[in-house]
Amino acid sequence: MTNLSYSPKVLEHFRNPHNFGSISNADAVGEVGNLTCGDVMKLYLKISKNSEGKEFIEDVKFETLGCAAAIATSSVVTDLAKNKTLEDALKIGNQDVIKALDNLPVVKIHCSLLAADALTEAIYSYYQKTAQSIPDYLEKKHQQNLVCHREKAIK
Amino acid sequence: MNKQIYFDYAASTPLDPRVLKTMLPLFEFDFCGNTMSLHSFGQKASEIVEESRNTFAKILNSKPQEIIFTGSATESNNTVLKGIAFANQKKGKHIIISSIEHDCIVESSNWLKKMGFEITKVPVDKFGLIDLEALKLSIRPDTILVSIIHGNNEIGTIQDLEAIGKICKENKVYFHTDASQSFGKTPIDVQKMNLDLLTASSHKIYGPKGVALLYIKSGTKIEPLLHGGGHEYGLRSSTVNVPLIAGFAKAAELCIEEMPQETERLTKLRDKLINSILTSIEGSYLNGHPTQRLSNNINISFSKVEGESLMLQLDFAGIACSTGSACSSNSLEPSHVLLATGLKAHQAHGSLRFSIGRWTTEEEIDYLLEVIPQVINKFRILSPFKL
Ligand code: FES
Repeated sequence: MTNLSYSPKVLEHFRNPHNFGSISNADAVGEVGNLTCGDVMKLYLKISKNSEGKEFIEDVKFETLGCAAAIATSSVVTDLAKNKTLEDALKIGNQDVIKALDNLPVVKIHCSLLAADALTEAIYSYYQKTAQSIPDYLEKKHQQNLVCHREKAIK
Repeated sequence: MNKQIYFDYAASTPLDPRVLKTMLPLFEFDFCGNTMSLHSFGQKASEIVEESRNTFAKILNSKPQEIIFTGSATESNNTVLKGIAFANQKKGKHIIISSIEHDCIVESSNWLKKMGFEITKVPVDKFGLIDLEALKLSIRPDTILVSIIHGNNEIGTIQDLEAIGKICKENKVYFHTDASQSFGKTPIDVQKMNLDLLTASSHKIYGPKGVALLYIKSGTKIEPLLHGGGHEYGLRSSTVNVPLIAGFAKAAELCIEEMPQETERLTKLRDKLINSILTSIEGSYLNGHPTQRLSNNINISFSKVEGESLMLQLDFAGIACSTGSACSSNSLEPSHVLLATGLKAHQAHGSLRFSIGRWTTEEEIDYLLEVIPQVINKFRILSPFKL
């Protein structure tokens, strides 16, 4: 992996990641990946109600152990998610992450999945905690997220 | 800050200007001949190659005709594995390598497996040293070759070739070593070490890229990879690349001449770097052997951080190094060498290799020591796992 195979956007987020750190009294936390595969991403959400009474992401922070792409995708997903309603945030997919970073090298696509999934996981855990109904597709995604992402990438 | 520091000599070295000076005239008209031609142009070119062959024979304590020139260490290693396999399959189809070989040995073995050969990988201890007992036990009547890397390219551990050579001799099995990293840095005597085959490479010793050698003890049964005009005693057909070979020989001469002082100088720098990192950075561990190690290799794992991001951040600071992290390999697998020494995948994940060389200065080491704690710290802050 060299410098050149990453877009300037990726390198920029890697050098100066946005919203990193943790939120001590977070309303939800999403964690994906595991230590065996090496790549772990943790997203913290602070959730409030907007003027229409809808729940939205008031603040978001991340902690990531992984490559430059993993750090850049974490950073960009926090940008994408901030101030979105939970409904809209759930629509953020890894393609949106890739687009926001002006593309990723092929071997690094799985890192963008990690970022998108960390967000879904955080929202899933929030729904669970607040006893809200969980749509089927979200339940399915949650089950898939229990598998290591790198393993999926190798397959 | 516009520093550009090269700590990746194990990947490839810069060309020594003295080597360039030796090579340049050889690109001129006078030396245009094909070494196979009997006219004076051909003979002039041929003389240069034979001089070079003599140089290597002296260095390795072999006969000149036991040295052939190839295009790369990968080619030499492929020739050994496939050439020995195909020439000796009547005796048997069993080959022994170690669990810490370079990819070109590993992949050649994998290919031979598909061709019906059986491969045994001898394990190493936590320092990367071959388990000699396991080696003895794995030799069978149908074993035709033992191939063990001399100085490991990732963790720097140097094997006791004499001890391994003795075992191979007692069991009458061919012994090959990949000395790509060790040749020119540590003394090698093919007779004392009982070597039948040895690979050495030019671009690891400040010579040009695109040339390497293979020592083949006379009497060894081996098939060539390349068939054709019968160059290099019929073992490597291809028009001989005179300037590169002469450059390689010059590079080797310089390394041998300067070896005692250079080894001492590099070892000091190496140990300064290792000791300073281990004492100043929490959660850092040395990979490879503390003393039985290439004078220019430093390989350290940092816990709770990932190697590719460290490498990239160091590159921003003008420091070039490499990593055994899964994230930086195309297969997304961690380094098989680090895993073989007993490291867990997550420990290999945070590994960095710094390899130093002829132009490395103490100031450069000091600069790295100044930068690296900040870099590690940056990613430890980002990491969900705290120390
Ligand atoms: S985190 Fe391992 S490849 Fe991106």
